[in-house]
Amino acid sequence: MTVGSTTFKQLHLQGVRREFDAFTALKGLDLTVERGEFIALLGPSGCGKTTALNCIAGLLPVSGGRIMLDDRRVDVLRPEERGFGMVFQNYALFPHMTVRKNIGFGLRMRGVPKPELEKRVDAALAAVRLESQAQKLPGQLSGGQQQRVAIARAIVVEPPLVLMDEPLSNLDAKLRLEMRQEIRRIHQSLGSTTIYVTHDQEEALSLADRIVVLRDGAIRQVGTPAELYALPAHLDVADFMGFRNRVDGELVGMEGENALLDIEGTVIRGRMRTAPAGGAAAGKAAVAAIRPDDLEPTGTADGIPVRVEAVEYRGRGFHGVGVTASGTELHFASPHPLERGAAIRLGADAGRVLVFGDAR
Amino acid sequence: MSAVMEGRADGPTLRQRLAARGIDGATLLVLPCVALILGLFIYPFLYGLMLSFEPKDGSLFGNYARFFSEPFLYGTIFKTLRLAFPVTLLNLLIAIPIAFRVRLLRRQRLLTTLLVLPITLGTVLVAEGMLFYFGPQGWFNRSLMAVGLLSTPVSVLNGYWGVFISLVLTGFPFTFLLTLSYVSGIDPSLENAAATLGAGPAARFREVFLPLLVPGLAITFCLSFVQAYSVLPSAVLVGDPANVTRVISIAAYQAAFEEYDYSMASAIAMIMGAVQLLVVVAVLGCRSLFYRGPAAGAKG
Amino acid sequence: MQKSVMSRLWIFAVWAMIGLFLINLMGLIASVLTSSVATRWLGTWLPAGFTTRWYFAAWDEFQLGDVLWVTFQAVGAVVVLSGLLGVPAAYALARREFPAKRFVMLLLLLPLLVPPITYGIPLATVLYKAGLGGTLTGVILANLVPTVPFVVLVMIPFIEQIDPRTEAAARVFGANIFQMFVHVLVPVLMPGVLAALLLVLVRTIGMFELTFLVSGPGSQTLVVALYYAVFASGVRAVQSIDAMAVIYMVTTLVWLIVALRFVNPTQIVGRGKRPAS
Repeated sequence: MTVGSTTFKQLHLQGVRREFDAFTALKGLDLTVERGEFIALLGPSGCGKTTALNCIAGLLPVSGGRIMLDDRRVDVLRPEERGFGMVFQNYALFPHMTVRKNIGFGLRMRGVPKPELEKRVDAALAAVRLESQAQKLPGQLSGGQQQRVAIARAIVVEPPLVLMDEPLSNLDAKLRLEMRQEIRRIHQSLGSTTIYVTHDQEEALSLADRIVVLRDGAIRQVGTPAELYALPAHLDVADFMGFRNRVDGELVGMEGENALLDIEGTVIRGRMRTAPAGGAAAGKAAVAAIRPDDLEPTGTADGIPVRVEAVEYRGRGFHGVGVTASGTELHFASPHPLERGAAIRLGADAGRVLVFGDAR
Repeated sequence: MSAVMEGRADGPTLRQRLAARGIDGATLLVLPCVALILGLFIYPFLYGLMLSFEPKDGSLFGNYARFFSEPFLYGTIFKTLRLAFPVTLLNLLIAIPIAFRVRLLRRQRLLTTLLVLPITLGTVLVAEGMLFYFGPQGWFNRSLMAVGLLSTPVSVLNGYWGVFISLVLTGFPFTFLLTLSYVSGIDPSLENAAATLGAGPAARFREVFLPLLVPGLAITFCLSFVQAYSVLPSAVLVGDPANVTRVISIAAYQAAFEEYDYSMASAIAMIMGAVQLLVVVAVLGCRSLFYRGPAAGAKG
Repeated sequence: MQKSVMSRLWIFAVWAMIGLFLINLMGLIASVLTSSVATRWLGTWLPAGFTTRWYFAAWDEFQLGDVLWVTFQAVGAVVVLSGLLGVPAAYALARREFPAKRFVMLLLLLPLLVPPITYGIPLATVLYKAGLGGTLTGVILANLVPTVPFVVLVMIPFIEQIDPRTEAAARVFGANIFQMFVHVLVPVLMPGVLAALLLVLVRTIGMFELTFLVSGPGSQTLVVALYYAVFASGVRAVQSIDAMAVIYMVTTLVWLIVALRFVNPTQIVGRGKRPAS
């Protein structure tokens, strides 16, 4: 009954929609996942990323659209017939079964003969390095160990697709880093295809081959971590990629690829990412997005004038907060300490400034 | 209340010593309540126990000897169990699937309220209603005859089945609510996890829900059993209190308020309590063979 | 996702079971209701005519005015007393660790685990010895035995979820325990207390066994009076007994509906947290 086999080429989401009463959680998702890829679904809470994952798993019926594994339709199948592996946010380990039983559950449900079952469970235990904990109950394990059991339980059936729903969000920072490497290692050693839901951009950047940024139930951008990090295609995506400073300005003109933006009387250069409606004509409103690390005191008469509001020591350097004449807060980096109340000017490399013309 | 404490001549050291062991003004708030239970529950119980060893014939175990030698008396134990056991089991067996269905509903409130209704009716009113509804001219028989399922009215009243039905009606809500609270206490992601691992509905119930529910169901069984076991009004009103439904509480009541033999009545009450305790201990003993921990996904 | 034929059948069977239960229950209630307003009802689907006179008849015959007054006094006293005794005890048990705590908890669980008839008979004997048998006081005392532990067990989890720093703050600002109770805890606990007491109210109105064993001619509550009326049926017109039954049903139903506005129905029997687990 199950789709079962790991041999598929592509997973297609075609206009997948999901509605809860009047609320539309997914507004027609289109995505193609290649076999062996590690895909991260990234977005703030409520963006529909978990809904999307549950639709793929079959835990939520889709309201419209199709989910295809090559040319086989899977959205009509019940979750137990899809044969995907899933790792849940709270792990959802069966509290009354030992680690070994938990991991063997999926194989038992598939009627795998006992000797083979034992062999594969042993292999999975070894893969997550839990051989010594096999006879314990989940309640006796630490968070990280439980996490590994959950992963082993999902991969032992050799599913064509592994779905992970914020699997690291319940762990502390140090463990999270360790498990991140573990997940990547397991993914590579098994050659499985993984769809990974997270709200943490660092996790997505470090794990995924491709990142899908979701917002309000729709895809904002799909790309490799490097593409997304350097050139977010949307202000929301930029927000997620650490562009903390957002400054309103007015377009003055273009200079090759760069846009010239007037911010409170100072003109700065930046890469035009999205043009305003009706073209990049002078006088149109636009927003510049700059990472705090890229914004530094110029020490010259160029740059946006600010009054220093606060300076914090950050080890490698200083992190400052400045306020412009109109009251906009700007976060910046400084190699040396600054006096509170000092008047300075801030500037950034044109390649590090993104200009969005279609800001809401 | 703390004013009383502070007014006492005890040195601060004693008070601090007591406080270190968890005893301070606030702890004393438990005393009136404990006194009430000691006075109105434990004392009467012990008093009854003593009284049961002072029968009219003067011998120590006279009441107990009499109880276990007269079929009219010891038979009541089996008559009670014959009602209480199947009723409790049936209630549990229908409560489980209904609780599983109700759990999935988004608007549980109205249905739950309707199912719980008999709790307010109480045994007396249900018995009274049954006399009408299940009577030979009642709507139950009329409807079944009208659709041709029956040719002559069935008589469920004044016998075993009358009491049985009455106990199901009055006992089900209680069993159902307890079962529902246990069923909804199970983390739904466990079911999702089982489903993604290939377990169909039946396997999910057998492998995941049932083992997690057993401890709770054992408690539900005990508490429901206590209710069915102490049946009095329905056994009298819709049963056959002289024969088939002469349950142990009737024997106790008659001894106390018809023969005015309080010693015998106490003895019967003690036997009743002992039998019930045996059942509870046996059921809870079986429970300890199963997993007993949080039924949610364990977190570290 | 498509549901298989089997699971459709199963869902249908469960709903059929629910339907069967509810139809019979409603039929039963409707029978009593119909009979109470019937002029004559013998061997037909519906009575020959309708009348309200049975309610007046029942009111006079069963002295329902007196019975309701007794019920009101008894239930009112039980509700107030179980609140006054139960809530402070629940506070102590929720907030303090003391040596005999497990023993106290067991003590409180017992009256809920032992059927009322079992302890009701020795209790009635003791109360009669003390001269309280058959009096309103006796009825109130007997009913406190299950209700006080009930309040305690319902309130303990409710109190545990309140941040203890609230009380600590009150103490730091100079309130003694009594002042803290009145000014801080009672307002915070009010929803829980109301819920618990409403449930006590519903349970006490319906509590047959204990009241039956302890009450005398002048201290019968509505359920007991109803029992005697049904038991001695044949003496009075059936319809007036049914009228009384309807009056009883309405008194409990009103409070149940009020209670369900405040409480999750699973709490009615929840008896606090999972008992004994």
